[in-house]
Amino acid sequence: MTLRQKENRSGWLFVAPAALHLFVFALVPILFSIGLSLYRWKLYRPEKSFVGVDNYTYSLRDPAFLNSLWNSLKYALMSVPSGIIVALAIAVMLNQKMRLSPFFRTVYYLPAISSGVAISMIWIYMYLPESGFINTVLSKLHIGSIDFLKDANWALPAIAFMSIWTGLGPRVVLFLAGLVGVPQTLYEAAALDGAVGWRAFRSITLPMLIPTTLFVVVTSTISAIQVFTPVYMMTKGGPEDATEVVGYHIYNEAWTSFNTSLASAKSFILFVVIALVALVQFRMTQKQLEGHSTF
Amino acid sequence: MLGRIFSAIMLWILAIFLMAPFVWMLFISLHERHEPIPKIQDTIPTQWHFDNYSWVLFNPTLPVSRFFWNSVFVTTSVVILQLLFTSMAAYAFARLSFRGSKTLFAIFLGSMMFAGSVMQIPVYLMIKGLGWLDTYWALIVPGISSSFSVFLLRQFMLSIPKELDEAAKLDGASDFQVYSRVILPLSKASLATAGAFTFFAVWTDFFGPLIYTSSTEMRTLEVGLSVFKNSYGESQWPLQMTAVVIVMVPLIVVFLFSQRFFIKGVLMGANK
Repeated sequence: MTLRQKENRSGWLFVAPAALHLFVFALVPILFSIGLSLYRWKLYRPEKSFVGVDNYTYSLRDPAFLNSLWNSLKYALMSVPSGIIVALAIAVMLNQKMRLSPFFRTVYYLPAISSGVAISMIWIYMYLPESGFINTVLSKLHIGSIDFLKDANWALPAIAFMSIWTGLGPRVVLFLAGLVGVPQTLYEAAALDGAVGWRAFRSITLPMLIPTTLFVVVTSTISAIQVFTPVYMMTKGGPEDATEVVGYHIYNEAWTSFNTSLASAKSFILFVVIALVALVQFRMTQKQLEGHSTF
Repeated sequence: MLGRIFSAIMLWILAIFLMAPFVWMLFISLHERHEPIPKIQDTIPTQWHFDNYSWVLFNPTLPVSRFFWNSVFVTTSVVILQLLFTSMAAYAFARLSFRGSKTLFAIFLGSMMFAGSVMQIPVYLMIKGLGWLDTYWALIVPGISSSFSVFLLRQFMLSIPKELDEAAKLDGASDFQVYSRVILPLSKASLATAGAFTFFAVWTDFFGPLIYTSSTEMRTLEVGLSVFKNSYGESQWPLQMTAVVIVMVPLIVVFLFSQRFFIKGVLMGANK
């Protein structure tokens, strides 16, 4: 056996377990799921019939599914831009090229690494009418009690606010790291041209932070569209379907109604939506980057 | 100077904003267990009921200690096996030239795009077909490799000087010896990073255990906790919060030890 053949063989031996796992738990399921979505089949039932793209056309006309997609987009719009702007503002105000101490890092990351179930249980209390934390504060300000999680107008914003809280610390840490990478000489050069304060922020800080921001925007949006645990724990999709997000809708389709093949089709549609959203965001930021690179 | 004081104040305000709900959780967990939810000014308990913890852990109707053991066993197994398999794959991608390696790596990267929800149903059917439903196999085997870990470890291994492998090979070391004696010891930091990510993901995984297990004995802490909420309803807040603290403590401890590596990994992801 030549040296090349030997390396070839050991290369494949080393990747074999991970590659086998990828094949069994990702590639086969993806293909199988495509196949499944072309049938009409309920879990635990023997009858199965080929229906082509019927599940897809049905889904795209299913008002409950469309409503859930819309709720997820609304949720992403409520939680992502505001969450990122607040984090960016805090990071810029902290400015000082600082390294956070382990204490602050741990404190800032704690909500984000916490279990979703635990966080949801704590926030159920935060939102309780009368005795909950937020309503106690509101009553001090002479604002009447709001039953956030049982009010169709408030439930989705309430969950979105919780996710701003969860994501705040890590985002601040990411932006602080991004700020460390901005060369001080840029600010000095800009100051010579009279650009300080807001103008320096617009023409230097913001464009230099675009790669970090792009990463935060795309990953946050993707996970916001798929939000599941807080809805499952806090509202079960209610009141009046106001928090029926797409992740929860597909969960119910698959595991409560057992419409297995329909749920597969819906999760593929969701996958396409997510890919499109990510692509659009990527394109938009790319343009922004090009527009600024000539400053 | 003024700027520094301002920064320090900001840091603390943010810390308090993020910590307040956890501090509340801790205090409530020590209230008398039948007490209704106290007013904010009564948050600090007048009597400290540490016995809530033993009550929750060893309560016969809901075996929280069993949930805890399940979580420990599943998480440890997944972390160890995943580090083993993904570091092997990362070593092959970073160090060995073999036919098809570029294509295979591209497939690994591409698979990260697919959200879990697309795979759920087929993976469930497969686990069911294997007779693994409601067993540890169902909770461990789907997690023993991850494209993200392969990617993270490979990036790091690429930065280790190649001369080290060549020197070892001149001394007659096999590929496996280079992997185990040269590359792995030098990759401790990135293994810690990948391990920390995996730990948090598995410990707080809700969906997997929710659909792959059905009996109370097989629930992990995360799913057990949600059952806990349902069986105690809106009442018994102190006990609910006690359970929440029990889920959180291992997360906090592991984070304290791994935060340096963990944040490095997050930043690496952001700057790729």
